[in-house]
Amino acid sequence: MSVDAAAVAARGGFRLPENRKVRAGLALLSLFVLLALLGPFVVEDVFGMSATAIDTSASMQPPSSAHLLGTTATGEDVLAQLVVGSRISLLVGLTAAVISTTLSVLVGVAGGYLGGRPDALLTVVTNVSLVIPSLPLLVIVASYVKGRGGWLTVALIIGLTSWPWGARGKRAQTLSLRRRDFVLAAEMTGESRWWIITRELIPTLAPLISASFLGAVVLSMFADAGLAFMGLGNINLTSWGSMLYWAQNASALPRGAWWWFVPPGACIALVGLAAGLVNFGIDEIANPRLRRANRDIRRAAKAAAKRAHRENS
Amino acid sequence: MPPTDASKPVLEARKVSKRFTLHGPGQYGKEVHALEPVTLALHPGRITALVGESGSGKSTLARLLALAHPPTSGEIRLDGERIAAARTARGKRAYYRQVQMVFQDPFSSLSPVHRVRHILGRPLQLHGGAQDKAARERQTVELLERVNLTPADQFIDKFPHELSGGQRQRVAIARALAARPRVLLGDEPVSMLDVSIRLDILNLLGSLRDDGLAILYITHDIAGARYFADEIKVLYAGQLVESGPGEELVRDPRHPYTRLLVESAPDPDRIAPPPDPDGDDAPPGEPPSLVDPPGGCRFHPRCPLAVPQCATTFPPRTHLSAKRWVHCWSHDAGVPQIPQADPVPHTDCPVPHTDRPVPHKDKDNSP
Repeated sequence: MSVDAAAVAARGGFRLPENRKVRAGLALLSLFVLLALLGPFVVEDVFGMSATAIDTSASMQPPSSAHLLGTTATGEDVLAQLVVGSRISLLVGLTAAVISTTLSVLVGVAGGYLGGRPDALLTVVTNVSLVIPSLPLLVIVASYVKGRGGWLTVALIIGLTSWPWGARGKRAQTLSLRRRDFVLAAEMTGESRWWIITRELIPTLAPLISASFLGAVVLSMFADAGLAFMGLGNINLTSWGSMLYWAQNASALPRGAWWWFVPPGACIALVGLAAGLVNFGIDEIANPRLRRANRDIRRAAKAAAKRAHRENS
Repeated sequence: MPPTDASKPVLEARKVSKRFTLHGPGQYGKEVHALEPVTLALHPGRITALVGESGSGKSTLARLLALAHPPTSGEIRLDGERIAAARTARGKRAYYRQVQMVFQDPFSSLSPVHRVRHILGRPLQLHGGAQDKAARERQTVELLERVNLTPADQFIDKFPHELSGGQRQRVAIARALAARPRVLLGDEPVSMLDVSIRLDILNLLGSLRDDGLAILYITHDIAGARYFADEIKVLYAGQLVESGPGEELVRDPRHPYTRLLVESAPDPDRIAPPPDPDGDDAPPGEPPSLVDPPGGCRFHPRCPLAVPQCATTFPPRTHLSAKRWVHCWSHDAGVPQIPQADPVPHTDCPVPHTDRPVPHKDKDNSP
């Protein structure tokens, strides 16, 4: 039974992870992804709500049956904004995280493993990028771009400025892996460098990489929200960040309009929480020891114990 | 016993030496003299044991032979052909098809993220010509059976962490065998294993020898080496000091260091405390610093037989019989001698390089 299940997993068959935290994290993440993918259609087409329709007769309304999350100072529906805005926020977060994690893995692992001149060059590039203060750079570039190019520009800026720390961490880890016997053994099997980097080093570094990826998603969403909050993103696009910008602009906090700024803030925090929960599962990929026995086996063992108990008594 | 031509060495190290440059504050320009020029040949169907304590350079020699480090001087020859440091993946692959290594620590030599199927399947795919999955599966099972991991289908889907140390080491040996090499370099392959499993692994290596494999068996356990090695070479602080057929060398060690090793090996048959050359305890001290090694014979600070000459010149090779030689001034006729022009005469000549009569005196000829 276990051999079959393991064989299925080895051949790439998908099994839901056993870990409950991971399941919760995955559920939460999929909820947000679904929200971003389908939510806007549902909200706008099915319920006929609009994220941008101005209704001055219903400004700053607290949550009610007409507006489940209340309205903004100009009478836009906060729920509709939240749902529509999730798309931009998640897109920016994911894209920027993919860019920065890919860069940091390539630069860090390749440099650490290859050593010598390639490493020296990559380290110089990393260090130079590292000492450029990224937030001011972000602000300068963003204020120059002024929202042109939409969310992709923002994602590119964030992704291209946030990789150096990750690269350093991965290089350090790779240095410690490089002289391990199993890497040497792979070299002595005759594996190419590229194979060793992609099949031996990166899977072993998977927990680090995935943790930094999920961290990068959250940080990029923060950066996006931060830029939008400062008015440097495209504030006419509806995102969680621009919602916070307009809420701050209309003094939502002193006016007690919590329904305006709490939902986007909470959503950003929840995505961070989901990322953290999923991280528990990624540890199990690189450290199979952490995997718990298959549920079937556990159930069988429990049943056997019960049977033995019954026979004894 | 050996089915292939045993007279020609498969793999040779010719006067290879290794120095590691040190880094860090206060160490500029300093080097670790890990290995002095060493010549060693591995023959098909023979087990050559390399014995020495930690830091004697035995693993360095194995890694030089495995091309993990380039030698500082000297050359590695495979079938008499000089191996330039294989840089390309293709060149390395061709070399590792012939020469494989088994590492000391089975807990770090197997990748934690791959199953046994992958660990054995890759070398089969790269070297064994097993391109399709079914053939690879069949050969993997054969390999597992060869190293006595049966039933094989129970082990094939396991991760290394699901196996015991002995089972892991068997997997590591199976991986080395997957390429069907002609040379197996064993870097202390049993030292991390339980005593009860050691004999199994050693017997496995013995049966591989009978299949015609040339085996380098590195160990610090001279008694274990005697058990199954055809030839024992003793390494001290990077210098080869004695060589000979296993049984003979252990029964009658000629170099004071070999004697020390043999006497410190536990032997259940020996009831009385080991006889001592001096009357007091075994030679004192510990292995020398290899950053600033003592001159001449590196054993002289610990040696009970040391004479002033030992500190200045490394003794030449004295051939005691066709297969035995030793580097020790106490075996060179006329002990105090004028230092020779070539202080390290590691010659490849099979006959004694001196025309002096071969001394067959007893141990007591020492001062």
